[in-house]
Amino acid sequence: MNFDDTPQEAAFRAEARAWIQANAPKQYEEELRKSSLGRTVLKDANILEVAKAWQKKKADAGWACLHWPKEYGGRGSSPIERVIWQQEEGPFGKLSGMFIIGHGMCGPTMMAFAGEEQKRKYLPPLASGEKVWCQLFSEPAGGSDVAGLRTRAEKKGDDWIINGQKIWTSGAHYSDYGILLTRTDPTVPKHKGLTMFFLDMKSPGVEVRPIKQASGQSDFNEVYFTDVKIPDSQRLGAVNDGWNVSLTTLMNERMSIGAGVSTGFPELFDFCNSLMLEDGPAIEDRNVRSKLANYAVKASGLRYTSMRAISALSKGERPGPENSIGKLVAGSMVQEVAMYALDLQGAAGVLSGPEDAEVAGKFQAMLLRAPGTRVEGGTDEIMRNIIAERVLGLPGDIRVDKDVPFNKIPTKGRA
Amino acid sequence: MNFDFSDEQKQMRDAARKFLAEKCPPKAVREVLDGKAAYDKQLWKGLAEMGFLGVAIPEQFGGAGAGHLELCVIAEEMGRANAPVPFSSTVYLAAEALLLAGSDAQKQKWLPKIASGEAIGTLALFEGKGNPSPKAIKLQASGGTLSGVKKPVPDGAIADFAVVAARTGSTGRDSDISLFLVDLKAGGVEAKSLTNIDPTRGQAELTFKNAKAEPLGAAGDGWSILTQVLDRAAVLLAFEQVGGSDRALEMGRDYALDRIAFGRPIGSFQAVKHILADMYVSATLARSNCYYGAWALSTNASELPEAAAAARISATQAFQHCSKNNIQVHGGMGFTWEFDCHMYYRRANATALTLGSLSYWEDQLIDRMRKKNAA
Repeated sequence: MNFDDTPQEAAFRAEARAWIQANAPKQYEEELRKSSLGRTVLKDANILEVAKAWQKKKADAGWACLHWPKEYGGRGSSPIERVIWQQEEGPFGKLSGMFIIGHGMCGPTMMAFAGEEQKRKYLPPLASGEKVWCQLFSEPAGGSDVAGLRTRAEKKGDDWIINGQKIWTSGAHYSDYGILLTRTDPTVPKHKGLTMFFLDMKSPGVEVRPIKQASGQSDFNEVYFTDVKIPDSQRLGAVNDGWNVSLTTLMNERMSIGAGVSTGFPELFDFCNSLMLEDGPAIEDRNVRSKLANYAVKASGLRYTSMRAISALSKGERPGPENSIGKLVAGSMVQEVAMYALDLQGAAGVLSGPEDAEVAGKFQAMLLRAPGTRVEGGTDEIMRNIIAERVLGLPGDIRVDKDVPFNKIPTKGRA
Repeated sequence: MNFDFSDEQKQMRDAARKFLAEKCPPKAVREVLDGKAAYDKQLWKGLAEMGFLGVAIPEQFGGAGAGHLELCVIAEEMGRANAPVPFSSTVYLAAEALLLAGSDAQKQKWLPKIASGEAIGTLALFEGKGNPSPKAIKLQASGGTLSGVKKPVPDGAIADFAVVAARTGSTGRDSDISLFLVDLKAGGVEAKSLTNIDPTRGQAELTFKNAKAEPLGAAGDGWSILTQVLDRAAVLLAFEQVGGSDRALEMGRDYALDRIAFGRPIGSFQAVKHILADMYVSATLARSNCYYGAWALSTNASELPEAAAAARISATQAFQHCSKNNIQVHGGMGFTWEFDCHMYYRRANATALTLGSLSYWEDQLIDRMRKKNAA
């Protein structure tokens, strides 16, 4: 048991470190390091431009999408090299936020299902960040039950005509392309009538509207499709086989390994170290210490769990299922941490303006953003189902709509 | 990075699991639970023969000289099997104290006997209610003898010798405390068995009346040695807790797959699945914290105090969480004497207290993190 690199890993790390040292946008390092939980913003620069510039620079030197094949804009690296890169990239990795969906989900789906010519055309600019992609799956009627989606694709000559609405699409407002899951046959059970496409987000009939979230911010969008035309050549996988295609997309969720998940603990620990309560420093209060210790072991437990996964990668093994707990634990922990940090401030905890609030209102912002973290990318409940079914081998839920034609499934609860 | 046990260590874990599955089935645990024996002597002998008792004891003192990572994997299996033997008191507490502070003669006298299963050892620290603290130690040492009462002492009624924490000064500082080795069979010590929530691991009251004692470590070093012993034992015991957590989770999972209610396996109900998923989460967090503790223990890293506290807290929470919810998943059957669920529930809650309670370790963790932060 050790934390040492193999000689090969050490050589790769040294090379990566030297290149980052020489090329990273250092003027933003401090700001990026301090930003946490959800929203990364830069005071004097447009973060999208900074992010795109950094991604392009990496791509030109062969450091983008490391694990992708070279001919598609990657480096052909091993999984462990990718993790080492993420460790070395450190705070600059936060600039990759806008590319996560494209690189983590759209790219792998294209790689598995697009034609060779398309891959060579679309993947390199996706890797270099010149083109940004989004994923159009969730709908008002299909969130956790994504196979319940209703956006229609109807064949007309060599084209498909799309009508419907997507929701919770991250980054649709700055995306150039998207992968789109549609219903092509409503007369068969829901999983059997779906088809996947990719499309140009600038196509006529595509309308992107930002969602104002409960937090007051807008990170997501609704996307409306009105008679949008997609050529059949942009279909991914067979007609009505879209569910299987989407599983490929959703299986490519290894991104979190090595990148780490935010728990809010380091911020809370620092806060308690400096906060004065009536009877003295917060960190000397018995109740505070008990709470902190409980959060501390969750945070360290997640950190070492991801190290176990990295170790498996280093040995050329597939990581075990342990990493599936990350999002579930971190999501609700961020929320609890935020509530506790406000509790420690007493009545003044309600104040959220940067000039009045402790730590410039970081915990208040965390509180208001936290409900979303427990829902996006799989709700806590869906994550528990996944652990129970795929890790513990418990039976799947009994699905009453499994064998019912999609257009016969009830759409209303209480009348 | 290789944050995992080696193939050889995993083989040792498999060997221990196989051995314990055969020699320590629930039926054997029940012999002790039902009071038919104070501990499983046959199993104890078998553990010695397998080399498990002395796995971390150097060869020159009769052990296998393997190391603490090997001891960690065996500890996990001891917890998984709920083994009714004085393993934790003898191996994690007494042997560790001897290895840390014993003279060559003391090590030569006791360690080979531990490895061979001839001697059971323990640590006599507590004197009634409360957590580890130099202030709580009243038992007096004078002229090479000890007088006072210790309770609860784990496995105290079956132990052959004890490491005893005694007061040798009255300055109010940690250096008032010194450690002593006492041969419990040499007279001057009365042992009384105490009823406790987990009968598979005994607890006792030891009354010392001018009992002959020899110093263990330098005078005044007692508290500093104890702190180290408790940290080392915390990591090892945490592995037992992780083994127990995993077993409780498996029992719950298996029952949920077999038990039919409302026409379907209860494991297909989300209410039950989510309980089990949360058990998996807590067991996984604990295991990962324990691995870090194992690394720190085996390398004597400066991170050990923090790593030990984190492993202890995380594993205590996981075992309590998994053992209580295993009963919940079993429903009424889980609350019968006949089903094994309560044996893990008892062990989880007893283990949660033996080295000092959860709130004590929470306090320790934050102290240690602060120190590291300040450094």
